[in-house]
Amino acid sequence: MAAQDTPTPTASPHAQSASAPVIEVRGLVKTFGLYPVLRGLDLEVAHGEFVTLLGPNGSGKTTLLRILSGLARPTAGVVRVGGWELPAEATFVRARLGVVSHLPLLYDTLTAEENLLFFARLYNLPKETRRERVAAMLERVGLHHRAHDVVQTFSRGMQQRLAIARAILHDPAVLLLDEPYTGLDQDAAALLDRLLREVAVSGRTVLMTTHDLQRGHALADRVAILSRGKIAHSARTDTLAAADLPALYADVTGAATTR
Amino acid sequence: MSAEPKAEPRAVPRARRAARRPVTPYLRVVGAIAWKDLRAEIRSRELINSMVLFTLMTVLIFSLALELDKEARQTTVAGVLWVTVIFAGILGLGRSLAAEKDRGSLDALLLAPIDRSALFFGKMLGNLLFVLVVALVLVALLTVLFNVSLFEPRLLVVLGLGTLGFSTVGTLLSSMSVHARAREAMLPILLMPVVLPVLISAVRASTAILEQMPRADWLPWIQLLAVADVMFLVGAYVLFDYVVEE
Repeated sequence: MAAQDTPTPTASPHAQSASAPVIEVRGLVKTFGLYPVLRGLDLEVAHGEFVTLLGPNGSGKTTLLRILSGLARPTAGVVRVGGWELPAEATFVRARLGVVSHLPLLYDTLTAEENLLFFARLYNLPKETRRERVAAMLERVGLHHRAHDVVQTFSRGMQQRLAIARAILHDPAVLLLDEPYTGLDQDAAALLDRLLREVAVSGRTVLMTTHDLQRGHALADRVAILSRGKIAHSARTDTLAAADLPALYADVTGAATTR
Repeated sequence: MSAEPKAEPRAVPRARRAARRPVTPYLRVVGAIAWKDLRAEIRSRELINSMVLFTLMTVLIFSLALELDKEARQTTVAGVLWVTVIFAGILGLGRSLAAEKDRGSLDALLLAPIDRSALFFGKMLGNLLFVLVVALVLVALLTVLFNVSLFEPRLLVVLGLGTLGFSTVGTLLSSMSVHARAREAMLPILLMPVVLPVLISAVRASTAILEQMPRADWLPWIQLLAVADVMFLVGAYVLFDYVVEE
């Protein structure tokens, strides 16, 4: 590791050495009042890797993602995304980060196109190509025919597709997905699966939280199980059969039922 | 995972600090956020409708109550003006940020590579425009129903400065109270004592101007109002980062 490439001052995570972790968390502690949610969590996600983070409700998955996206401050520990330290260098991280959460993070009374144009302006996409980029993104998530409809007329699945378009509009190097399947029916979830695989994930470093063990396993290179504020288990999906995951998950988290 | 060696060249982030911060230009952000609020409001008319209806009701009630007393109408018009602007304004301010919070879009704004204060000024500008629209409707209503001409340049300056100060404090405090459980009740309680310097100087200046008092009676109040506005604007610029952080 001594001969590791040193990123240049303006290097984006894309340009980083493949061996350097893009997401790096060491000894992360987060307490709400006196109650610790994360208790010395360590996690590394390599460049281009897709990691699924599993864990019961209240185990701190969303808190971890909020800290990684600079929305919450860590109580203690080191958090780096793309080599930049959070929260001190959050601005550098934000420009290269896309987030999809269980809330769509969109404006109900604006149309799909207006929503994306607004975020394109916030992310300072060049004015000349902004409209083309928005049209292309709407096409890729299959919403071009509804571009001029207001978001409140969209189904949950359509809103989530638009949320993905919003998250990858500025071509981020790192994508954080916080329970993106919440509230979707089977068809919408399958469509989201395909969309994530074909459009959102390719070439990016992804950290996803989910309760859907099978889906999490199918999409990821590695699954990590969060329990009692720490990563209790981490395994590559090529060495862990999908069928074994529920038993492993139950074992690690002490959950009574997982199937 | 733990087998990975822990080599951390500390020099790297320090060198990166010299790199240009990838922040979207300030005015573009302010414009984009205000444009978005305006666009959404033009479509839904949720805030403006309730604010204008409130305004209409208040003015009608006052007008009926003071119907026969011309002198009383002359002397109370400034009070009616500001009471209505403030309460109609609170209606709008409370909802503007609450809507962002409830739909999670406040997070989307905080995730963007923008200066937090630009987010503040964008929201404030949107709120200011709504309050100004209400204030102008109010001026027209009062002129007709109270038979007192309020289209007086000096009064419009006071109205502009007053709504600016009120929107600044209101936007800042509503972004604080947005996390609170009883936020609808919280905002007026927080707002009233803080906005008092704006309110007092705006009411006193308006009264003096409407009663044709000499310059020395209204100018100091306008100056005080302008100073209060500047203080609140600078305060909001400095404080907003801490207000929206979790």
